[in-house]
Amino acid sequence: MLNVKHNEPVEFTEEMLGKFAEIVARYPEGRQKSALLPILHEVQAKQGWLSVPAMDKVAEYLQLEPIEVYEVASFYTMFFRQPRGKYVLEICRTGPCCLVGAERIMKHIESKLDVREGEVTPDGQFSWRGVECLAACGYGPVLQIGPEYTFYENLTEEKIDKLINELRNKAEGRALTAES
Amino acid sequence: MARKLLLTHIDVPGINTFEVYRQKGGYRAVEKVLKTLTPEDVVEEVKKSGLRGRGGAGFPTGMKWSFLAKPEGVPRYLVCNADESEPGTFKDRYLMTHIPHALIEGMIVSSFALGANTSYIYVRGEMMPQIRILERAITEAKNAGFLGKNILGSGYDLELYVQPGGGAYICGEETALLESLEGKRGNPRIKPPFPAISGLYNCPTVVNNVESIAATVPIINDGGEEYAKIGVERSTGTKLISAGGNLNKPGVYEIELGLPVEEFIYSDEYCGGIANGKYLKAVVGGGSSVPILPANLIMKTLKGESRLMTYESLADGGFQSGTMLGSGGFIAFDEDQCIVKNTWNFTRFYHHESCGQCSPCREGTGWMEKVLHKIEHGQGTFNDIDLLVDVAKKIEGNTICPLGDAAAWPVASAIRHFRDEFEWHVTNGQEAQMRNYGLAHYADPLEPVI
Amino acid sequence: MAEDVKFKVSIDGIPVEVAPGTTILNAARQIGGDIVPPAMCYYSKLEGSGGKCRTCLVKVSKGSEKDPRPMPKLVASCRTTVMDGMEVQNITSPEVLEARKGVVEMLLINHPLDCPICDQAGECHLQDLGYEHGLAETRYEFERRTFDKIDIGDKVQLHMTRCILCYRCVFVADQLTPQRMHGILGRGDAAEISTYIAKAIDNDFSGNVIDVCPVGALTDKTFRFKNRVWFTKPVEAHRDCPSCSGKVTLWYKGEEVLRVTARKDEYGEVEDFICNTCRFEKKAISDWVIEGPRKVKHTSVISSNHYEQLNPPAVVRKNLALQAANKEEFDRAEKL
Repeated sequence: MLNVKHNEPVEFTEEMLGKFAEIVARYPEGRQKSALLPILHEVQAKQGWLSVPAMDKVAEYLQLEPIEVYEVASFYTMFFRQPRGKYVLEICRTGPCCLVGAERIMKHIESKLDVREGEVTPDGQFSWRGVECLAACGYGPVLQIGPEYTFYENLTEEKIDKLINELRNKAEGRALTAES
Repeated sequence: MARKLLLTHIDVPGINTFEVYRQKGGYRAVEKVLKTLTPEDVVEEVKKSGLRGRGGAGFPTGMKWSFLAKPEGVPRYLVCNADESEPGTFKDRYLMTHIPHALIEGMIVSSFALGANTSYIYVRGEMMPQIRILERAITEAKNAGFLGKNILGSGYDLELYVQPGGGAYICGEETALLESLEGKRGNPRIKPPFPAISGLYNCPTVVNNVESIAATVPIINDGGEEYAKIGVERSTGTKLISAGGNLNKPGVYEIELGLPVEEFIYSDEYCGGIANGKYLKAVVGGGSSVPILPANLIMKTLKGESRLMTYESLADGGFQSGTMLGSGGFIAFDEDQCIVKNTWNFTRFYHHESCGQCSPCREGTGWMEKVLHKIEHGQGTFNDIDLLVDVAKKIEGNTICPLGDAAAWPVASAIRHFRDEFEWHVTNGQEAQMRNYGLAHYADPLEPVI
Repeated sequence: MAEDVKFKVSIDGIPVEVAPGTTILNAARQIGGDIVPPAMCYYSKLEGSGGKCRTCLVKVSKGSEKDPRPMPKLVASCRTTVMDGMEVQNITSPEVLEARKGVVEMLLINHPLDCPICDQAGECHLQDLGYEHGLAETRYEFERRTFDKIDIGDKVQLHMTRCILCYRCVFVADQLTPQRMHGILGRGDAAEISTYIAKAIDNDFSGNVIDVCPVGALTDKTFRFKNRVWFTKPVEAHRDCPSCSGKVTLWYKGEEVLRVTARKDEYGEVEDFICNTCRFEKKAISDWVIEGPRKVKHTSVISSNHYEQLNPPAVVRKNLALQAANKEEFDRAEKL
């Protein structure tokens, strides 16, 4: 059972509602449930994860029972039902990537970020996890970062160091701009 | 150089844009079908081409199309399966990234053939960049008048939408995909009814793989008979092969079906041999679900014939000594790779991806994973090896969808061909954790081991 | 006339004629007896149920008169409709029995086997299945799956570890109640029945999830640990109920009604779904009109203590009809 700590009410912006309406229009009348996955992606991209109030709000928008949304969100691995780091590094851990060193890369990320799989760094910036085949087996090891799911291929320890540093700088840069 | 039909212009700068794609002869197939052919003609051309489903099952596409029910007043749907998730397979990602209009054009041709006025491309959610690429391509095609109402003045209307998945391998199974497209959990449906009768929104539906749909474009441009001239026996045309693992040049290759496996692995035109000067130990020839074969059996059949990249040749010998072309996910293992570890890895994948609906798959995949984990970590017994074979047998054929078989086959085939490696893990528990087991004789391509 | 068309089918060599559209399982039920495949997830009164547990797998050795080819794989008899001339093998096929044994083993590897403290014991379909098809010892040596306990209200007790994911309770909530509060969360072997956030499942017909549950995953909280079912006496009774048929089985211990359930047929399916008022709130003898004792199969563990004496409990002693029936049952049991 979920321990609901994050139950702040959620409001969708006009922009989001406009996007939702555009999505719902892709399906025949009465089939608005088809919009559930695309809308959950939109919400997660905006909020970082799917809280219960956010899912309830989606249910209300699509005229579904809340449980129907929970069922779907918990089936698919891309939907986070707990807060994560701002950048979630998802490394492919399936066979072909392991043949070319995915495990070594995961170990390196673990030591570099100093958090275990699924945990968030103290500054709230990073999480990492192993995921199953990302369909890029010829370019392994690979990782992706949401919400745009940018792809990084042929990973080496050096590339990981560079990537994490870049993301750290970006995060800090943003924080500075926000303060000034 | 072998003929290319899908990737002809892959190196042309800007081929991902409508403008360049069109300059290179793109959308000719749409003009041809809308101006000169009837839907029946298109189905007939695809039948003549001998095209077989490129997603893995290899079912003849034209025949699949002809099963589509056509009741009056009920919409029909074409859904493209772009949920590419089979370990070892990444050809659809490649095609959608670099030549998105090949898929869009194929969707228009195929939708017209099936009489669909709304079609969906279901793309796995992780491929968000490809989703954006396709959405842009759709907008471009629409602006150029190739989508929407009354396309090219033919009276034919088509709306095309991209639907993201949410992260579930099982949605590559066509009925799970339809459930997911309806906004539900990706539980495969119990068949019958088949989608051709009752699919999306209970309407007649065809679900085809990205590559199959893209292949309709050259089939229409050159004619089905021309297409059928390429290839061997019932394996006609070209096929995209995703080559991964320990190869010098991994990547996506378009091959003419009938290419010898040995040439594919070792010639410089394709994979360029095994990386780091090592020997080839084993190959998974068609995505993780198909039986793994030791090097000698992938090169030659038990009869001593050279193994070809065709549906028939790869399957020669049945499950005893053959495998399958599947989705064309070609994974090469060098002499240092551990088959036990890889089998455990694949089984973990299937355990993770089981939808949990039916008992043999839900319980059996997890059970196999635990036993394999135990063996890989030096805690296994000889009984465990036999137990694995038995559990795999209990799953195979007894599940709602093919995921059960897909989980059982890699385990059964790995033990069939590499039993000594499993036994070595039992007898050398300590060492098994320290290093991989590599036996040189698997690398010898000449002597059959069974 | 089209309605009169009948398909000739044979199951384990026994012929039967059924209407087109009938499933193999229901055709077998028309024959009855040993050749009926077990069903853990199919429920004839719940639309869309079946196909999942795979215990009812059978072999179709002849597809139909027109196309006599056998089907390549075993099929779920609950979801496969018959064709004219179809020949089916159930208990006459070693392949089917082997597959069924496998399915039962799969259903049991993560089952807690806590029958000694389970209220379903004695009327549990998984127990029956394990008894008939199970191995004497488990080959599964790993820790069994557990779930976080969740409270779904004061009427129904959820024990997720016992669940076999038949989805019947989900169909009940969808088809009988105004709002579905629970569903299947997660996936694979981590899938579970849950409300996700703390919510009580409580509406007029929610109690029916107890009756449809084939195992002890959903049990009656008001009956929890009160008694073993084989020590209680089932009696048919009815009342004039505004929301349901009011036809129930009362489960007595002495003069006390410990539990009210719907009446179930020989396949464990309810005859009529009943409302929560009848199930949970009418536990006084005066609430009910007693019809007679519930017939219990002699093979059932419930029968073992059913009519063991001619000195019946108080409820029977006070009712002439029950007394007569009791004597009749007792005589028959004696003879056996």
